[in-house]
Amino acid sequence: MDRPAHDAPLDGNAVAGLLGEAFAFETTLALVRCATCGRTDVVARARAHVSAMGAIVRCDGCDAVLLVVVERPDGTLVSTRGAAWLRAPRPADRPY
Amino acid sequence: MTAGATGGWHVATVVGARPLTRSARELTLSVPGLEASSPGQHLDVRLTAPDGYQATRAYSLAATGQAERADLVVDRVPDGEVSPYLVDVARPGDLMEVRGPLGGYFVWRPGDPGPVLLVAGGSGVVPLLAMLRARRASSSRAPFRLVCSVRGPADAIGREEIDEPTPGVEVHWVFSRESPPGWPTRPRRVADDDLAAPGFTAADGPDVFVCGPTGFVEAAAALLTGLGHAPDRVRTERFGGA
Amino acid sequence: MSIVTRGFGGRRDDPGDDVPPGQFVTQDFPVLSTGPTPSVDEAHWQLAVHTETGAAHRWSWDELMSLPAEDVTTDIHCVTHWSKLGTTWRGVSLDTLFADVETSADFVMAHSYGGYTTNVPLQDLLDGQSWVAYEFEGEPLEPVHGGPARLLVPHLYFWKSAKWLRGLVMEDDDQPGFWESNGYHAYGDPWLEQRYS
Repeated sequence: MDRPAHDAPLDGNAVAGLLGEAFAFETTLALVRCATCGRTDVVARARAHVSAMGAIVRCDGCDAVLLVVVERPDGTLVSTRGAAWLRAPRPADRPY
Repeated sequence: MTAGATGGWHVATVVGARPLTRSARELTLSVPGLEASSPGQHLDVRLTAPDGYQATRAYSLAATGQAERADLVVDRVPDGEVSPYLVDVARPGDLMEVRGPLGGYFVWRPGDPGPVLLVAGGSGVVPLLAMLRARRASSSRAPFRLVCSVRGPADAIGREEIDEPTPGVEVHWVFSRESPPGWPTRPRRVADDDLAAPGFTAADGPDVFVCGPTGFVEAAAALLTGLGHAPDRVRTERFGGA
Repeated sequence: MSIVTRGFGGRRDDPGDDVPPGQFVTQDFPVLSTGPTPSVDEAHWQLAVHTETGAAHRWSWDELMSLPAEDVTTDIHCVTHWSKLGTTWRGVSLDTLFADVETSADFVMAHSYGGYTTNVPLQDLLDGQSWVAYEFEGEPLEPVHGGPARLLVPHLYFWKSAKWLRGLVMEDDDQPGFWESNGYHAYGDPWLEQRYS
C-alpha cells in the first residue's frame, strides 16, 4: 500500500506492475495518445508520479494527465480520461 | 490476483545475500511460479509487517533468464523504508512477495546485433549489469560499451565483474566525487567525451539504454540527443528510492 | 492472503488508541504529489475565493501575512495509512478569509497551482476547522509540502489539505476533485475509514 515518495518524476517503466494488474498486455510498450495535445508515444516514455495514493502518468509533451492508477482493495482502478486511446503492443514488440 | 500481464503476487523466499558495496547488496530469491525474466526487467517487491502494514518498491533484476529465481541488487536509501530492510535485515529464509517480471521497453534482446551503449548512474547500473551478464552468457557478439558513473570507487557496484575483460565489451568509469588513487582524471560528471566512442557514435546507430536517478538520466539523455542520437533509440529508466 | 516478512516493521511507531482505524504513526513526513512541484514565489502568489455569483475576493502574499494568524497543533492522517501526531502549523483561519464572503453555496472546490483540485463541504472549512497554512514546525512551509501556502483541514484525510493553494471556488453541488474522480471517497473522514468511493 505504500509506495516511494518522489518529488522528481519517474517514467512509465515504474508503473508496469500497477498497470499489469489491469491490462493483459505489456503496458510499457503500449502506445498512448494524449487527448490534450495529440502526442503519441509508448507508455514507458511518459512521466510518472508514483505515490502511495496511486500513480499519475503524464504526457511528456504537454504534462496533461494521461492515466491515473489506484490500487483499491476491490481491484485496480485505471482512469484513462486523458488518453484518446491506448494500443496494445504487437507480439513482435514483446521481449519474451 | 492472477489475471493481467503481471500474473499477480508470488511468495518469495530469500536464499542468498551478498554484500556488493558499503550500501548495496545482492539478494537472491526463490520464487515458485515466477517466469524467466529478460535483461533490463524489474520486479515489484512487497513487504508485510506482522500488523499488516505493507510497503511496495520496484527493484531491477541483476541477472535474468532463470525461472523461479530473482537476483535483486538493492542500494540503501538512508531514510528509506524498504531498502534498509533489504540491505541490512533480510536473511535467508525470510519471506516477501514479488510481482513481475515487469517491463518490455527497457529490455535488451540477446538476438539483437547491436551495437549497444549502456549508461549508468549509481545503482542504475543494475539492469545494465543484467544486460552485460546476458551478453556474456550468450553467443552474442553485439559490441557493448558500458559507461558507469559513480560517486567514488567504494560506491561502484560489481566493478570487478563488470571490468572482466570480454572481447567486444568496453567499460568506462566516471567518478563524480572521488577518483581512485592514480586515476588519470579528476572527479567530474559524465560529458560528451565519455559517451562518444568509436563504434558507438550516433552514426553507428547503437541502441542506447540509460538508467539512474531522474536528474542523471535527463542530463545523460540530453547529452546523447545533443550528440545526434535519435531520441527513440535512447531508452531511459528513472528510479527513485526509499 | 499475504505472508509476513520477518523483521520488517517499516519506519513506524506502535499505534496508540489516539489514531483512526487502520492508521500507523510515523515520524516522517512522506511526500505525495500528483505532478511536478510548482514553483510559486511570494511576489506572484495570490489566493482567491470565487462565489457562485461571480464575486471574487483576493489576497496577495502581503495581505495574507497582515491577517491575524493562528498557531495550530494537530494530528494529520493520510489515506495511505500513516498518521503524524502533534504537528504544528501557523496560518490564517478560513473563518477570517470567509468573514466578508457572501455565499449560499454549500461546497468548495480547492484549486492548486499545478492544477490539483479537491472538494470539501463549506461547513468543514469554517468554525475553526481549517486554515491556509504557511509555516510548518516553525519554518516557512517547504514547496514539497505545499509552500508557500496550503489548505489545512486536519479532520479529513490529508489529500483534502490541498498543497500550493491558489483558489477556493464555491459550488452548489459536490463535484469530485482530482483523487475523488479516481476512486477516492468524496468526503474522507479518517475515523470512519472513508478511503475509497
